[in-house]
Amino acid sequence: MDRREFLAGATALAGVAATSPAVARAAEVSFFYPVAVGGPITKLIDTYAADFEKENPNIKVRPIYAGTYQETIVKALTAHKSGTPPVTSVLLSTDMFTLIDEDAIVPFDEFITTDADRAWLRGFFPAFMENSQTGGKTWGIPFQRSTVVQYWNKDLFREAGLDPEKPPQTWAELVEFAQKLTKRDAAGTTTQWGVQIPSSGFPYWLFQGLSTQAGAILANPLGNRTDFTNAGVVEALQFWIDLAQKHRVHPTGIVEWGTTPRDFFERKVAMMWTTTGNLTNVRTNAKFPFGVAMLPAGKRRGSPTGGGNFYISKKATRAQQEAAFRFIRWITTPERAAQWGIDTGYVAVSPAAYETAAMKAYATEFPPALVARDQLPHAVAEFSTRENQRVTKVFNDGLQAALLGSKPPAQAMADAQAEAERILRPYR
Amino acid sequence: MSAYQRATLHGWLLLLPAMVFLALFTHWPAVASIIESFYSTPRARRPSRFVGLDNYEGMIADPVFWRALTNNFWFAIGTIPLSIGLAILMAIWVNDRIKGQSLVRMAYFTPTILPMIAVANIWLFFFTPQYGLIEQIIGIFGGSATNWLGSKETALYAVIIVAIWKEAGFFMIFYLAALQGISPSLGEAAAIEGASRWYYFRRVLFPLLMPTTLFVLINAMINAFRMVDHIVVMTRGGPDNATTLLLFYIYQVGFSFWDTAYAATLTCVLLAILAIMALVQYGWLERRIHYR
Repeated sequence: MDRREFLAGATALAGVAATSPAVARAAEVSFFYPVAVGGPITKLIDTYAADFEKENPNIKVRPIYAGTYQETIVKALTAHKSGTPPVTSVLLSTDMFTLIDEDAIVPFDEFITTDADRAWLRGFFPAFMENSQTGGKTWGIPFQRSTVVQYWNKDLFREAGLDPEKPPQTWAELVEFAQKLTKRDAAGTTTQWGVQIPSSGFPYWLFQGLSTQAGAILANPLGNRTDFTNAGVVEALQFWIDLAQKHRVHPTGIVEWGTTPRDFFERKVAMMWTTTGNLTNVRTNAKFPFGVAMLPAGKRRGSPTGGGNFYISKKATRAQQEAAFRFIRWITTPERAAQWGIDTGYVAVSPAAYETAAMKAYATEFPPALVARDQLPHAVAEFSTRENQRVTKVFNDGLQAALLGSKPPAQAMADAQAEAERILRPYR
Repeated sequence: MSAYQRATLHGWLLLLPAMVFLALFTHWPAVASIIESFYSTPRARRPSRFVGLDNYEGMIADPVFWRALTNNFWFAIGTIPLSIGLAILMAIWVNDRIKGQSLVRMAYFTPTILPMIAVANIWLFFFTPQYGLIEQIIGIFGGSATNWLGSKETALYAVIIVAIWKEAGFFMIFYLAALQGISPSLGEAAAIEGASRWYYFRRVLFPLLMPTTLFVLINAMINAFRMVDHIVVMTRGGPDNATTLLLFYIYQVGFSFWDTAYAATLTCVLLAILAIMALVQYGWLERRIHYR
């Protein structure tokens, strides 16, 4: 560090110290946010902050880009423990229980005072609120939310003699179509796979699509009980394994999340399951006509939601919390939610956002943007529990062990359930 | 105050800034980790309390910890000898007068200056099934397809290869510097005596390179426990913990599970391993390799 940097750092520190007495005049809201998808997110957020300040001259919003979701929560919680956390942050909706247990956030209920506020809170898609409320309180406000959908390559469908406009609607069709779409060369090496469901990093999220379709709910709303040994869970896992081992239409082993869109662009796979957040990416990079559809149905349709919520820090002053609430309420109004969805590919968080002129125009031009919305009535809360990341890891390890064939599915799920029981027992 | 006292005072004052930073950022965290490993993790409603050896007992019963330790052992065995061997080979090769010498040197050194995260992303595509570079090469020779990062048997080897590729160029620089410090008259003398190149390497060059080898060995060992960036990008410890290394696990426990006490316990194990290695190398090995 040279002297100039040191001086700049010292000035910044002095600035932080000086903000406390200034709160009475103008509340300053520091705001941590992650970037998890492509696009000029930083610029968009800065524009929103500036627009908000223009309308609310007594509030200063200071957006701070904090890295990935994981890095952002590490920074926010470390700052919380050292006493000066950001006033508001966008963190994974599944981190709700962790943040409550760390006593790091306040519920939104105390800021919701007028009828207009209550109407605003009721305006969000119920599927997104499942991950935002627990114990009768609202702890998070949906902002950049996503869900799992299936993308298919219309050219490859045509080549295989399938109707390019008809994606599989059921598990049986998924297997049938995938068999037609899988190609092998003379040596028996597969050159094109029918379907790909990524299983690296966070297999639980994609798997939750399958398990929901099989009629299972993985965790209770209080987040202190898991249900991995449910017959539906084992059935769903067996189906996933069968795609690779029995039907041989899905690559064996672990399928990498990061390269799956690439496999799709390279025509190595005809159908892929991935986040709606990839919509803009696929639209830019796919050199062939593609379709976006809801996930196929097992016993029912189903997909998890995903993505980030706004949280308000407990350690901020009351004035700062109020100011942060004003900002969150402002940025999630239908017009801005619609614009945010169009700019990023995230699902707009309220039905009203889809009724705005901007969103309607966009949907006419690019109909796949509506698929995520249409799937939301079938969507369930993303898997989340107390000690969330620890329980999730246990579950991920179990899923991967079964996919790799080192444990039979029922055994892998029973082991994961036993371990989750051990972790969650103190929370009952 | 006598002149001697003043000189002493000056000395300590000059040392003070460096000492403060060293103590603050190296020694204190290490000591704090040891202390913290005997306490429970503070939670909002349950403050931290003394638990004695509970964390260590939990660790011994934790299968993921043993998995990480075993993986780290194989990772070290896989990376250290190979990257050192490669480094020596490359150094000798670029030390000779060959055409395009600086170009070759640069090419070998390039992996070192690239950030690990970027490198890991490139390798991620090398290892991609079906159309990844490695698969294409194997395909030309008619080999069968492998999901390198996606199967338990190969994932650890895949990350070892990346580490070797990254490290060898770095170590080459040290060997190159050492080789240039060795007098060419030794080589000429050996040639006059009719010694083969291999004999000259084995009996003259290699022993003279020993101090460098010690230095490189220490670095390689530290790196074997320190390098986890590519794990984060390439496998996140998966599949099913096949590539979880000790430091990566510490990060996961500390900053994903927020179990700081257990993370401190694991850190103590890492500290102990590194301390033992340093003692062995400086206390025992070093005495055996200096000839002058």
